[in-house]
Amino acid sequence: MSEVPSELKYTKSHEWLRLEDDGLVTVGISDHAQELLGDLVFVELPEVGTDFVAGDECCVVESVKAASDVYMPISGEIVEVNEELADEPEIINSSPYDNGWLFKVKPSAEELDDLMDADAYQAEIAE
Amino acid sequence: MPFIPHTEQEISQMLQTIGADSIEDLFDEIPAHLRAAALEAVPVGMTEMEISRLMHQRAEKNTKALCFLGAGAYQHHIPAAVWEITTRGEYYSAYTPYQAEASQGTLQLTYEYQSMMTALTAMDVSNASMYDGASSLAEAILMAVRGNRKSKSRKILIPSTVNPVYRQTAHTIVKGQQIELVEVPYDAATGTVTLELIKQQAEADITAIVIQQPNFFGCLEAVDEITDWAHENNILVIAVINPLAAALLTPPGEWGQDEASKGADIACGDGQPLGAPMSAGGPYYGLLCCKQALVRQIPGRIVGRTVDLDGKEGFVLTLQAREQHIRRSKATSNICTNQGLVVTASTIHMAIMGAEGLENTAAACHASNNSLVEKLSAIKGVKKAFSSVHFHETVLQLDAPAAQVLKALMQKGILGGFDLSLDYPELGSAILVCTTEMRTEEDIVAYATAMQEVLAQPVNDIASLQESA
Amino acid sequence: MLIFEHSSQGRKGAPQSPVEKASVSAIPENLLRKKSAALPEVSELQAVRHYTRLSQKNFSIDTQFYPLGSCTMKYNPRACNSLAMLPGFLNAHPLTPDEQNQGFLACMSDLQSMLCEATGMAAFSLAPMAGAQGEFAGVAMIEAYHTSRGDVERREILVPDAAHGTNPATAVMCGFRVKEIPTLANGDVDLDALKQAVGPQTAGLMLTNPSTLGVFERNIEEIAKVVHQAGGLLYYDGANLNAILGKIRPGDMGFDVIHSNLHKTFSTPHGGGGPGSGAVGVAERLIPFLPLPMVTQEGEQYRYLTAKDRPQSIGRLSAFMGNPGVLLRAYIYMRFLGREGMVRVAEFATLNANYMMVEARRRGFTLAIDSRRASHEFIITLKNEARNYHVSAMDFAKRLLDLGYHAPTTYFPLLVPECLLIEPTESEAKEALDGFMDALEQIKQEAETNPEILHAAPQTMPVKRLDEVRAAKQLDLAYKAS
Repeated sequence: MSEVPSELKYTKSHEWLRLEDDGLVTVGISDHAQELLGDLVFVELPEVGTDFVAGDECCVVESVKAASDVYMPISGEIVEVNEELADEPEIINSSPYDNGWLFKVKPSAEELDDLMDADAYQAEIAE
Repeated sequence: MPFIPHTEQEISQMLQTIGADSIEDLFDEIPAHLRAAALEAVPVGMTEMEISRLMHQRAEKNTKALCFLGAGAYQHHIPAAVWEITTRGEYYSAYTPYQAEASQGTLQLTYEYQSMMTALTAMDVSNASMYDGASSLAEAILMAVRGNRKSKSRKILIPSTVNPVYRQTAHTIVKGQQIELVEVPYDAATGTVTLELIKQQAEADITAIVIQQPNFFGCLEAVDEITDWAHENNILVIAVINPLAAALLTPPGEWGQDEASKGADIACGDGQPLGAPMSAGGPYYGLLCCKQALVRQIPGRIVGRTVDLDGKEGFVLTLQAREQHIRRSKATSNICTNQGLVVTASTIHMAIMGAEGLENTAAACHASNNSLVEKLSAIKGVKKAFSSVHFHETVLQLDAPAAQVLKALMQKGILGGFDLSLDYPELGSAILVCTTEMRTEEDIVAYATAMQEVLAQPVNDIASLQESA
Repeated sequence: MLIFEHSSQGRKGAPQSPVEKASVSAIPENLLRKKSAALPEVSELQAVRHYTRLSQKNFSIDTQFYPLGSCTMKYNPRACNSLAMLPGFLNAHPLTPDEQNQGFLACMSDLQSMLCEATGMAAFSLAPMAGAQGEFAGVAMIEAYHTSRGDVERREILVPDAAHGTNPATAVMCGFRVKEIPTLANGDVDLDALKQAVGPQTAGLMLTNPSTLGVFERNIEEIAKVVHQAGGLLYYDGANLNAILGKIRPGDMGFDVIHSNLHKTFSTPHGGGGPGSGAVGVAERLIPFLPLPMVTQEGEQYRYLTAKDRPQSIGRLSAFMGNPGVLLRAYIYMRFLGREGMVRVAEFATLNANYMMVEARRRGFTLAIDSRRASHEFIITLKNEARNYHVSAMDFAKRLLDLGYHAPTTYFPLLVPECLLIEPTESEAKEALDGFMDALEQIKQEAETNPEILHAAPQTMPVKRLDEVRAAKQLDLAYKAS
C-alpha cells in the first residue's frame, strides 16, 4: 500500500505539492508513482529561472523500462531544483516525499486549492 | 516447396488439430471480395542453379573499370577474415539483442565497437550505429537542437563544403521540425570555409555548426579555429568525419585549442571506409558519437557493460527509455534498426588493422592522391582548383566539359571521378578525383595517360563521343 | 574477455595494410593526430578466434528456433547472401554511371515491380533503409500530398493504441500531433472511436493489418471509408505483411501508402539489429512524392530517377540508395519464391501460428484473443500464472533460453499484460513447434510446483540475469585502458 501523506496536495499525474512557509511550493512524485516506475536511474530537472504554465511538461524521471514526464502542477517559476538527484536518483525511490523532492516553484497564480487532497488522491489510485 | 518443410501428412495432422478442413479456411476472416488474385506480374519461382546463373550474368554486366571515384564511398581493401566471420549464421541471422543472456556475442561486439569508435574519434560516447553517414548527420542535428538548451533559434550553419547529398538528406529529415539549415559559402581560393564567412551568416543565436573534415572537396578545414569560436558563442559543433582519416588527422574530440571546451560536441560520419564494400551504395553504417553531457540525447541503441547475478561481467542494451518502443511519440528518434551486421564487419576490421594499420592506410591514400594530382595537373588543360591541403580527394578543373571527359575516360576503363558541375556550377568544368591505398602507381600512370589522350582530342571530338555513346 | 584485453603493445601481423607509413608532410602539424588511437593490437588469429568465439554466445535462426513475435525470424537462405556478394556487385561504386551499372539496376527495377504486384500499389521506392525510415517516408509523403493541395490544416495522425512505438514517434518527427485510437477486446479497432476522432484536422491513419495483436482487422473497408471520407490518407505498416502475402493486398484494402520490411517478409538477415530495408509503395496519386533515388526502365536501359524527374519528391533519405546489398538479397529471395511461393509463405506462416495457438489452448494457456483465427502470430497472456505463482512473462522467457529456445517477444503489445507474442514463421517444421510447446508446458508446470527454477533462469547461458539498473545508472559504454 502506497503512502499518501495527508498534508500534501496531489495531481492525477501523480505529482505531490507542499506549500512551504516562505510561500514557495515544493513538488515531487508520489510514492505510488515511484512504485510504478521501479528503480529510477535518471532525472532530468528543469532549469532554475524557467517559467511554466500548469500542465507543461517540465521534467523527466527515468527507470530502466520507462521514462515518465512530470507535469507542472501549477503555474510559476522554478526557483530551486534538487541537485542531489543528479547523482542519486534512487533517493526518489527511498524517500519520495522528503529527500526525493524534485523542484521548488514560486507560484504565479492561486491554483493550489484546485488540486486533490490526500483522500481524493487515495481514491484515485485505488481505482 | 522452397524453404517450407511441411510434409503432406504433417499438414493434415496440423489442420486436424486446428479443426480446419483446409489451409484456406484459416483465412476466412478476410472479406472474400477483397482476396487477391494470382500475382501474375511476379515471375514463377526459380531453382538455386537458375538464380545463380541470372545473378552471375547481372553482376558481370557491372563495370570493372579502375575506380578513382569517391565522393562519400571509397574502395578500400578489406581483410578476407572480416566478412568470413561476419556472415557466420550466429551474427547474420540473430535479431536485436533483446534477450541479453542469449545475445552476449552481439552485445559484447557492439560494446567493443563503441569502445573502438570512441578511441578513434576521441569522443566520450558512441551509439551502436545509425543507417548511414547522411542520416546520422540529420540525427546529429536533431540531437543538437535538443541538447543546446541555451539556444532557442533552431538555426544550424552548414557550409557548402559539406557533402551535398548529406545536406539534402538532413533537409528531408529535419524539415518537419521547424529547423533552419543556413548555408555558409566557401572561400573560392582555398575550397574551405573561413571564420570570416561563417561570421557573416551567424546571427546572435545559432544552435550548431556542421564542419566536415576532410570536406567534400577533400580539403582540410581549420577545425581548431572554428571549434573555439563556436564554443565561445554557445554554438554546438557537429563534426562530419571520415573515420579512416581520423586515424591520421586530429580526431573530432580534440578539435580546438581551448582546453575547457575542447572537442566537437557531436561527431558523425559514414563507417563505410572501415570494412564495408562499396556495394552500389550500401549497406554502410552511420557513426554517431557525442560528449558525455549529451549522452541522453543520443538516439539509437547503446550497449552498456554491467554484471550478472554472480557479479560476472556482461553486456546489455541500456538507456532504452529514450527509445521509441518505450517513449513512443516522445522518443529521441523513431529509429530502431541499426546497421548491426556492417558494424560487426567494421569492428573485426578495426581489430585486425589496428591503429597503425588504419593510419598507414590513410597515409597511403593521401600519398597516392598527391601523386595522382601531380601527374594529372601536369597535363595541359588540367589544374588544381584549390590551394589548401587535401586528404585523399582533390578538385581538378578541366578545359573540356567534365561530363564528356569522364565518359571518354570510362571508355578507356577509368572511372575518373565525380562531376561537380551540378552541385557546384561556379567551379565550371570540375571533377573530384579520389585515390585509396588500392590505387597503385601503375593505376595512376594509366589514368594520367588516359587523361592525356582524352584531352589531346579537340573538344568537339570529345563531345561527339558523348553523343554517339 | 574483451578484444582490448588480448592486446599487447607493438603486436601486429596483419598483412592487409601498407607496411610503411607514407609521407604526410604536406599536412600541417596541428591537423595531425598527436597520439595513435587506442585500438587493440592483436594478431589476425587472435581477432578471428575472439570474434568466432563471441559469435558462439549468440542465439540465432541458424542455431535455434527463434519465434520472436512481430520480427518474422524466418530462414535466411544462404544463396541470397553469396549471390548478393558477387564481386560485380560489391565493387560497384554507388556513383557509377547508369550505363555501367545495368546489372544492378535491372535487379532493382524488377524488385520494384514485384513489390508493386505483391502489395497492389502503383509504384515503389527502395530508398528507405529500415522500417522506421519507411514510415518516415510514408508520413512525409502524406504531409507533402496535403500541402500540395493547399490542405495545410491537417496536422493530426491517428494511431491505434496497439501500434508499434515507431508509428507515433515517426508522426512526431514529421511534425504531426498524434491521437491514439482504442482497440476493442476482440482485437479490432474501435470504429466508433475512430468516427469520433476523424475530422478536417486528420492527415491520416497508420494501421498494421493484421494488427500487433495477431488478428486480421475485419472492418478494414469501413475504416478506409471513414478515413478517406474525412479527407485523410491510410498508411499501412507492413510489419505483418508475411501473414497475408498473396492472400490480400494492402492496395486492395484501400491503403494509400505502405512500407514493407524486407528484412521480415522477404527474408533479408536481421544481422543482430540491422541493416534492414523499409521500401515504400504508394497509390497513383502519391507517386510524385516518393523518396529518391528510384530506378526506371526505358526500353532496354535502366536509370536512376533524379530530382529533375521528380521535383515534388520528399527528397533523399540517405547518401545513395538505401541498402542495396539488402535489396539484392530480397530480390534473390523473391525470385526463389516466385508467384506461387509467395502465397505459400502466408499459408504456412498462418498454419504454423494457428497450430501453435490451438496447442497452447489445449495445454492450458490463456490466449489474449481466444475467439478468433490467429494471423501469422498469436499472444499468450500469463496474467493468471503471474497472479497465482508470482512468475512473470520475463521469467518464462528466461527459462525458455535454458531449454534451447529463443524467447518470444515479451511485454509487447503493451495492451496485453504479461504477454508472449509468438511468431513461428513458415520455415519451421512441425517438430520444432511441438518441441517449443512442450518446453512452454514444462515451464508452466515448473511455475506451479517450483517457481524458483523460473526466477533463477537462465542457468545455462554465458551469463545469468544482468543488472540493468546498474547498467543505466553507472554508465559504462566504452572500454578505457586503465
